[in-house]
Amino acid sequence: MQTATLVWLIPLPPALAFFLIAIFTYRKRALSHWLALIGAGLSWLFSMVVFFRAIRSTDLGEHPLVASIPWLPLGEGWLRIGIHVDPLTVVTLFFVAWTVLMIFIYSVGYHNFGQPQGDHDIAGLPPHGASVQDALGQVHIVPSVEPMYSRFFAFIALFAFGMFTLVVTDNLLVLYMAWEIMGLCSYLLIGFWYARPSARDAAVKAFMTTRVGDMFMLLGLAALYSLTGTLSYREILSNEVVLETLAQAASPLLGLSWAGLIGLLLFAGTIGKSAQFPLHVWLPDAMEGPTPVSAMIHAATMVSAGIYLAARFFPLLSAGWLPGESLTPPMFWMAAIGSFTALFAATIAVAQNDIKRVLAYSTISQLGYMVAALGVGAYTAAVFHLVTHAFFKALLFLGSGSVIHGMEHGVLHSGEKIDPQDMMNMGGLRKKMPVTFWSFAAGGLALSGFPLISSGFWSKDEILSGAFGGGYIVIFVLLASAALLTAFYTMRQVTLTFLGAPRTLSANHAVESRRVMTLPLLVLSVFAIALGWVGIPDHFPGLGGVIPNWFGEFVGEMAAAHGPESYSLTPLFTSIAVSIGGLLLGWWTYRKVEAGDKDPLERGLGVLFRILRNKYYMDELYHFIFVRPTQWLAETFTSRWIDRVLLDGIVEGIGKLAFGLGRIFSRWIDLPIITGAGDRLSEGLRDLGGRMRQMQSGKVQQYLILTTLFTFMLGAVLFYLFILA
Amino acid sequence: MNLFQSHLLSWILFIPTGGAIILLLLPSRRIGLIRWFAFLASSASFGVALVLWSKFDPSAAGFQFSERWDWYPDIHASYHLGVDGISLMMVLLTTFLTPLALLASFNNTEKVKPYFALFLLLETGMLGVFLSLDLLLFFVFWEVGLVPMYFLINQWGSANRNYASLKFILYTMGGSLGLLLAIQMMGVVAGTFDLSELLIKWPDMQEAMLFGLSTQTVKGIAFWAFVIAFAVKVPIWPFHTWLPDAHTEAPTAGSMVLAGVLLKLGAYGFLRLVLPLFPAESQQYGGALAALATLAIVFGALGAWGQNDFKRLVAYSSINHMGFVILGIAVAALAAGSQHAVIATNGAVLQMITHGLSSAGMFFLVGVIYDRTHTRNLKDFGGLWRLVPIYGSVLLFTAMASLGLPGFGGFVSEFLVIRGAWPVIMLATAISAVGLFFTGAYILKAVRLVLHGPLNTRWTHTLSEINTRELIVISPLMILMLVIGVWPAWLVGIINQAVNAWF
Repeated sequence: MQTATLVWLIPLPPALAFFLIAIFTYRKRALSHWLALIGAGLSWLFSMVVFFRAIRSTDLGEHPLVASIPWLPLGEGWLRIGIHVDPLTVVTLFFVAWTVLMIFIYSVGYHNFGQPQGDHDIAGLPPHGASVQDALGQVHIVPSVEPMYSRFFAFIALFAFGMFTLVVTDNLLVLYMAWEIMGLCSYLLIGFWYARPSARDAAVKAFMTTRVGDMFMLLGLAALYSLTGTLSYREILSNEVVLETLAQAASPLLGLSWAGLIGLLLFAGTIGKSAQFPLHVWLPDAMEGPTPVSAMIHAATMVSAGIYLAARFFPLLSAGWLPGESLTPPMFWMAAIGSFTALFAATIAVAQNDIKRVLAYSTISQLGYMVAALGVGAYTAAVFHLVTHAFFKALLFLGSGSVIHGMEHGVLHSGEKIDPQDMMNMGGLRKKMPVTFWSFAAGGLALSGFPLISSGFWSKDEILSGAFGGGYIVIFVLLASAALLTAFYTMRQVTLTFLGAPRTLSANHAVESRRVMTLPLLVLSVFAIALGWVGIPDHFPGLGGVIPNWFGEFVGEMAAAHGPESYSLTPLFTSIAVSIGGLLLGWWTYRKVEAGDKDPLERGLGVLFRILRNKYYMDELYHFIFVRPTQWLAETFTSRWIDRVLLDGIVEGIGKLAFGLGRIFSRWIDLPIITGAGDRLSEGLRDLGGRMRQMQSGKVQQYLILTTLFTFMLGAVLFYLFILA
Repeated sequence: MNLFQSHLLSWILFIPTGGAIILLLLPSRRIGLIRWFAFLASSASFGVALVLWSKFDPSAAGFQFSERWDWYPDIHASYHLGVDGISLMMVLLTTFLTPLALLASFNNTEKVKPYFALFLLLETGMLGVFLSLDLLLFFVFWEVGLVPMYFLINQWGSANRNYASLKFILYTMGGSLGLLLAIQMMGVVAGTFDLSELLIKWPDMQEAMLFGLSTQTVKGIAFWAFVIAFAVKVPIWPFHTWLPDAHTEAPTAGSMVLAGVLLKLGAYGFLRLVLPLFPAESQQYGGALAALATLAIVFGALGAWGQNDFKRLVAYSSINHMGFVILGIAVAALAAGSQHAVIATNGAVLQMITHGLSSAGMFFLVGVIYDRTHTRNLKDFGGLWRLVPIYGSVLLFTAMASLGLPGFGGFVSEFLVIRGAWPVIMLATAISAVGLFFTGAYILKAVRLVLHGPLNTRWTHTLSEINTRELIVISPLMILMLVIGVWPAWLVGIINQAVNAWF
């Protein structure tokens, strides 16, 4: 099949799966997950074919594969939509296809397919376990199947459709549409267990917080469209004239150029979707969803979409910028927000006990790296980190899900009333869940950037060297400190979860997850370790040039002029030092935590620790300064004061006035004059009638006399009028 | 056959009236017969409308299928009908929604015969407004649409129906009083009520003097009279407070048609009469119109968010969504002739359709749950998705369409309006985007309180799933909302050509 046709087909199978499950097979579990798996599998297959064809073609960056069809007639032209395949599309497609497929497979096990239905399970709540009798007549409580099993697969299939569409499209409008569809899916999936108030609220929070960014993005889209008359990447981003014009033309706001203003508006979308400060608050709460969702949203797809947008529009965001010159306003803000977020989120992650929350903050932090990298113009490094992060973060989330699953098993067995996600309740799982442990370790090393044998090292090192090489020392220091904390909290997590001895009975009874869950972990581990080797910089001591820097060459085409120029060993040594130092520090601090112990950091940090644990009280602050006032604005100001009191008051006032006038009229004019006159008139008529009646006596003689009399009188009148006058 | 083909518009227009008259002759006790007959009569009108669509030539400028007979020759008023792409869309919307609304009323057992007869009369009134090319005829149908609605609210409404119906009729009557005066003024000054003649004469008329008033004054009075009449109907903030009451008290099908079609009469009035007849005045006051539209968008959304009555919330959402229609019209007024205006007007017309579908759907779904629980208070619900999974999914689907989620028609129309408005009125557009944010807030509030959260056990044994008839009502709406969102060209193609020709 032609490559273009294949690209068109990539997003469709999951969409089809969604509709089939939603309409027909929602009662059949196996059929539903097979539909979803086949859908994701076909998308994966098409993506791989496209990938391998693409990497063999030459200068794809210069000549992307494009095709489009007319979609919407507007004025005198058409808005066309289509596909666009260049190196950025290809590498994004690669990691999306792999992680999506792995997550789909994993979900079958995570939702306990094949297990009995729970005793008291209801739709809208996580399964609570089922009791089964074994051959000896003993009753065991075992995990039970998810009550809304089919619905889950329908939702994630729709999600996959959104992501694939976002990647292959050739214009900003369809990107926005796919972006919002993913927003809906994340809302549905975070709130999957909708009967839990926490899940319900987290879902609304995620939707609304990202919508803040989306609204700015929509305006940026409208601005771009009205200025250039197109939304196609090719016509805007590959066209130097358009970019130049946008960079020169002044916008009406804050002295920004149009490129700057549109860039900032689009970047606001990234801030929302990729959970950058100050819109990061939704992402940790999104952990309320089932774990495969966390992997889906926080690694493979949705948050990556924000970075993808920024990378895609990098030519616009950096329009008018040359390496070494001062940053454009969008780049400056990206560098500032990204690096701040990287450090800010890392500090919060240090103080979290929920295994998924730590990962959630680490995601925010790592996304900050990518945003900052784009901000300082390290384009290739940012994309590289996007790819490696997708794999190792999907791995870590799925690994944490496996841990939680094992712990839940232990909880069902022991009957303890503990939170199976709290790392303080774990410990020693290394021996209980070896596959999970080793794969989690691979992911953890990648996250902390362990030298040489982890993919995260290579991509993070490039970001650091990009920041350093460009001369952005503040950014470099922020990112390096964040890297130290990353290694620290990663090791804290690994130590608390897997090392030492079990701190609870449940942890002691945890069991390894089923093969359908561990297999995806193993596949992802391979990528988490080896993927970095495709992008070893040429000037890397010892290894550089031995293995060709395929990634740098392939993706570098996209931004030929924007690479770091000089190379220094400082960032390399820094990155090795912070990574190994952080890991050692983490292990040292947490190696001896016993059941019931306080967090060692809590002793050391005191109040600061409490602030970190409570995420700098951002949620409370937002509630106080945004949520409450707008609620007041809606409920009291608009609904009550404006509508009820003011406007209805005027309307009813007019009504009362009219009514009062009517009463005045009726009392002083109607009653005495009109009614009075009418009454008198009718009375008079009645009297007259009564008198007239007397004439109708029925006597012919009388009538004759009257007729004669009347005729005579009429004759006299006529005579007077016509003859005499 | 020839009589049929040459008078397609009259057939569409009077099939419902004929149906209503025959309906009155049917025995009152045969409720089933009455329902089905009314449904078939309005469906027949829809069928003819489809024939009309198939014969319609979107590329031809001007009005098609014109019919013209003298009506009051002495005052130069005639029975003049005709359609272009814009009115075709409205006719299709009306004839499509009315049978669904009738089907939605099949559970009504109270005074069935007058109910269905009034509904059919209402359909004629609405269609007449969209089809008339004569101002006097326009006004007659405008009023014909008003009266049945009053009775529908007043007789079949809920608790506070007297207040609501009176408010509704006084508000709109107040508006149409000015409309009548303005139409008479124009008729006297220009010597005709015929729209196609007026379009040529009126905008450039220099000696439009009446009672010694200057041309400027006469035109100004007529302009404002038109604007206020239509503004009440749309409704534009601050003429909107009749709407939440009327909607809330109206029977389900009444709300469906009220939101789905009646509000569009006002917007249609702007597009058909105000903009072409008063281009100079429109341009002069377009900024004010844009400001009011922005207020409607923001305050409509905030007002909706502030409600705890499910139906009232949906009612307020209409103010919010119709604000986008008006914003598009304001752009057309301000930047007449430009590409931005064409795009914004496309958006406004499409928004009339998509809002017609989604708001009718939302009101219907509110009705479904109200029929079962007899409460509209959002706080009385909670966690119902577990009990009624199909209803829940349908509600979520429709709510997302109403929210303007991409993939649904509402997104395309709102995007077009924003795209058209941005270069013309940047600040208003930016503030409208804030309104869009709150659109999300109130939709999610409703979904959250009805479907999500812990189950309110009061309904555990009493709530039944949406039934087949109700699914048949909502399914066409859902399919259309999705199809328009995924592939809008089949509608926008017609609208675009009409808008290009009209402005």
